Amino acid sequence: MRSDRASLGLKIAAGAGLAFLHLPILLIFLYAFTTEEKSYQFPPPGLTLKWFAVAWNRADIWPPLYLSLQVAALSTLIAMILGTLVAAAMANSRFFGRDQISLLILLPIALPGVITGMALRSAFSVMEIPFSVWTIILGHATFCIVIVYNNAVARFRRLHGGILEASADLGANGFQTFRHVLLPNLASALLAGGMLAFALSFDEVIVTTFTAGQQSTLPIWMLTELVRPRQRPVTNVVAIVVFAVTFLPILAAYYLTRDGEHTAGAGK
Amino acid sequence: MRDAPAILPERGLADRLTATFWRHPRLLLILLLAPPLLWLGVVYLGSLAALLLQSFYAIDEFSGVVVPEFTLKTYADLLRAQNLDIILRTLLMASLVTLASALIAFPIAYFAARYARGRWKALFYLGVMLPLWSSYLVKVYAWKLILAREGIITWFADHAGAGPLLARALDEQWFGGSSLSTSPVGTFIVFVYIWMPYMILPMQVALERVPNTMLEASVDLGASRVQTFRTVVLPLALPGIVAGSIFTFSLTLGDYIIPQIIGNSARFIGLAVYQFQGTAGNLPLAAAFAVVPIVIMLVYLAIAKRMGAFDAI
Repeated sequence: MRSDRASLGLKIAAGAGLAFLHLPILLIFLYAFTTEEKSYQFPPPGLTLKWFAVAWNRADIWPPLYLSLQVAALSTLIAMILGTLVAAAMANSRFFGRDQISLLILLPIALPGVITGMALRSAFSVMEIPFSVWTIILGHATFCIVIVYNNAVARFRRLHGGILEASADLGANGFQTFRHVLLPNLASALLAGGMLAFALSFDEVIVTTFTAGQQSTLPIWMLTELVRPRQRPVTNVVAIVVFAVTFLPILAAYYLTRDGEHTAGAGK
Repeated sequence: MRDAPAILPERGLADRLTATFWRHPRLLLILLLAPPLLWLGVVYLGSLAALLLQSFYAIDEFSGVVVPEFTLKTYADLLRAQNLDIILRTLLMASLVTLASALIAFPIAYFAARYARGRWKALFYLGVMLPLWSSYLVKVYAWKLILAREGIITWFADHAGAGPLLARALDEQWFGGSSLSTSPVGTFIVFVYIWMPYMILPMQVALERVPNTMLEASVDLGASRVQTFRTVVLPLALPGIVAGSIFTFSLTLGDYIIPQIIGNSARFIGLAVYQFQGTAGNLPLAAAFAVVPIVIMLVYLAIAKRMGAFDAI
């Protein structure tokens, strides 16, 4: 028996599994061009480009888009700072409570979002904090830390300690070493982590519903359209935008970190 | 260069700080850890504490105002029959979703771990990561299009002559609804679609760790392909499978968007939390409901740890 050949059954099962993951998303694109706006009729009775113009002129889409971009940018910034700090501390040292800290970082994403959301909602209620952009950011930054951390800590581990010592031997102080040696080496991993965090924050809806109050981010806008549809193809156009804003950073992040990280474990 | 000092003179504050950190590495560690730990400690753990606190309050039945006094009344409410129904239904769904996910994920992980090389390996990795990271709502929405009564599945069923069969299946009480997008089976399919990718990578890592020599030894001892798989590969990969199931199980347990959009509006834990804090305005009961998945996950994690799942990640 040759063990280095996959059986036909395995190939079919693996291929079918991947197809199951990918095909549904294509329909989003198709339905953005349909002429039927009241139902999800398949196949579409006709094709049109008008929904892109309609979506562009819908005044109710722009404020949620701005809010989402604002929240994602600020949450990413906070998560990048905190995630990098924690990665720097965890990468090359052993100390008491280290495992507990890594669990603490992971928890916000391993526990269902409804718990994080409800917990924050309870805290705002107990402390009588009114909803604002910052209450949304508080939640987003919390679960984005782990994304940046994962990327940064992997790079820290691969970074040879020797180059930091070499820098010190050549007379650089800690800050110069950070600026000229550490940061250039970390940059692509941080960028990748930041982009993933941005993508995650931009389309997050589960925690956001609990922390947004009356405000509407783009995913919340989409959710209301899903529950009570109006012009259905317009929702598809927005879905394509959301898809693109999350898809492109993910792809870029992959290319930034792929060297030497073919093993899994990065990411969520 | 005869008189060059062995130690360079200090050039200012930055140098002095560098020297201090060099002498006291713990100080640097504390400074690095303080901001993130403060954030996670205050914002996250603080909120979890508030959640727990809130669940021990109760709502005044006449005024609808939360009374901030310790009571077990809310937990007594939680244990009512209709609420236990919700919890059991959610547990059943999460278990079914996890099992189905394992069945679909395993061939992908197995192929990626044992047979895919080079370009194919990268392609498989991307093929799993892209759907995993793609927008959650967009993916759910895609299924609303697919499962709709006038959608693509009905169209295919009609053209394959299976239309009546689909209609009859939807008539079954436990299975169907007026269309797939309002049926429990629709909820199930979408849960599997959304949370299954989280299982593939941990499985793949575990399968990659099964040494080839063991498989060869098994073959040398006369085991068939199936026997090798059952007695060597599966037991060795089990911790990884359990590790992967943590995410799928946990995330299904708390999801409230999918049953809201696709399904027969039967309630799940997440949906109950969402409705009690929103329209019903009963924050304490919502908090108590949110504690349920935490407890379930603690038990699940304890079992997973016993099965060695944490060594597999």
